[in-house]
Amino acid sequence: MLKVRIMPTLLFKDVGLVKGVRFDSWRRIGTVMQSVKVYNMREVDELVFLDISATKEGRRPDFDTIDDIADECFMPLTVGGGIRTIDDIKQLLKVGADKVAINTAAIETPELILSASKKFGSQCIVVSIDVKKQSNGQYEVFTHSGTKSTGKSPIEIAKRVEDLGAGEILLTSIDRDGTMLGYEIELTRQVSEAVSIPVIASGGAGHYQHMLEVLKEGKASAVAAASIFHFTQQTPLEAKNFLAQNGIPTRIS
Amino acid sequence: MKKVAIIDYDMGNTDSVRRAIEECGGTPTITSQSSEIRQASYIILPGVGAFADGMKNIKERQLDKILYEQVIEKKVPFLGICLGMQLLADKGLEGGETQGLGWIQGEVKRLQSFDPKERIPHMGWNEVIIQRPSAFFKDFPLQKDFYFVHSYHLVCEEENDILARTPYCGSFVAAVGRKNIYGVQFHPEKSQKFGLKLIQNFLML
Repeated sequence: MLKVRIMPTLLFKDVGLVKGVRFDSWRRIGTVMQSVKVYNMREVDELVFLDISATKEGRRPDFDTIDDIADECFMPLTVGGGIRTIDDIKQLLKVGADKVAINTAAIETPELILSASKKFGSQCIVVSIDVKKQSNGQYEVFTHSGTKSTGKSPIEIAKRVEDLGAGEILLTSIDRDGTMLGYEIELTRQVSEAVSIPVIASGGAGHYQHMLEVLKEGKASAVAAASIFHFTQQTPLEAKNFLAQNGIPTRIS
Repeated sequence: MKKVAIIDYDMGNTDSVRRAIEECGGTPTITSQSSEIRQASYIILPGVGAFADGMKNIKERQLDKILYEQVIEKKVPFLGICLGMQLLADKGLEGGETQGLGWIQGEVKRLQSFDPKERIPHMGWNEVIIQRPSAFFKDFPLQKDFYFVHSYHLVCEEENDILARTPYCGSFVAAVGRKNIYGVQFHPEKSQKFGLKLIQNFLML
């Protein structure tokens, strides 16, 4: 049976790792290599590395840093941030990324998703969708690390990128990000039901019960989490044990 | 010294495979040069991407000829990973019907989901269940989780070529083996301890 993945997320800004609340109030939490080595040693299911300042600063992914990270990763690695072109994707795969996560460019130049999935296969093209709930209760997609509104609904975007060939969706609730108040379950359920590709829930994990809820009620295929692993004593391994006890298939290595 | 040629045909993840080989004590070279491939005592064909593009790149670089010479004629141990395994087939249907290397009889088709819970791409850790004993899976438990990321799979004609299966979308072929030729649909270079152990087994062949 396919196992549910628990994916620690590393956010890279300037020169080190950070974690914020609702895409703001960034705190420094250490160096990249140290964290990658720890997660590799702990044999996590998959690692997500997002360079959150690349697009805003108008630069390409930092291929050297990612090369260094990938050299320490004997586990699957998804890399995002600043990806604009086919050549960016080619370089990232070459230095050792297994999948690339595309956010802003997926909205601004959707044809990139089409050509990338044709060239590299759908399985390595992840579209990252950042969502805020508006005052009227509607969900809306934001780009540029949550700073630019698009006026589009996450369901509309998710269906469109699936049609274009995306292989997976990394769905982040900006409202829940860093709050540790639990995932945005309704959002996750709506998107998971709208597409047939895997959906990774992200934003809000504070304890293992939250993961269980978004997997069961939100119908997510995998969960991403950051603060819970950075700021509490909770670990990916304990999360998997908890989920396994509650009937969710996980990989205990 | 175990010289390993990792075939560079512009289809991705060569660097992860290089790191895994180093970790397993081999001496890898990422190459598309005939002279370097001829010097290797092991050959790995990695790859992510579409079947048609993969075959096109192999032919453009005339790698099919040197691979045939080394793997089929000289019997150098060969491992295809993911797309590298699929290219062993007679033909593939991804990106238009395309002729493959034809070393393992069969076709590469898209996975078919019969259960809405089984999403495609098949992405993540899943069991690899060994079907028959082999030196390749020496000292492995009968089933173990490995990391997969794919939408297509190799449908084998010869039951004898199948080393392992994975229970998803029915049950697909996770590993093949025939003489000195091996192929895995999963990514041993990304499957941590047991993935590296499998590469070590390969380097013992």
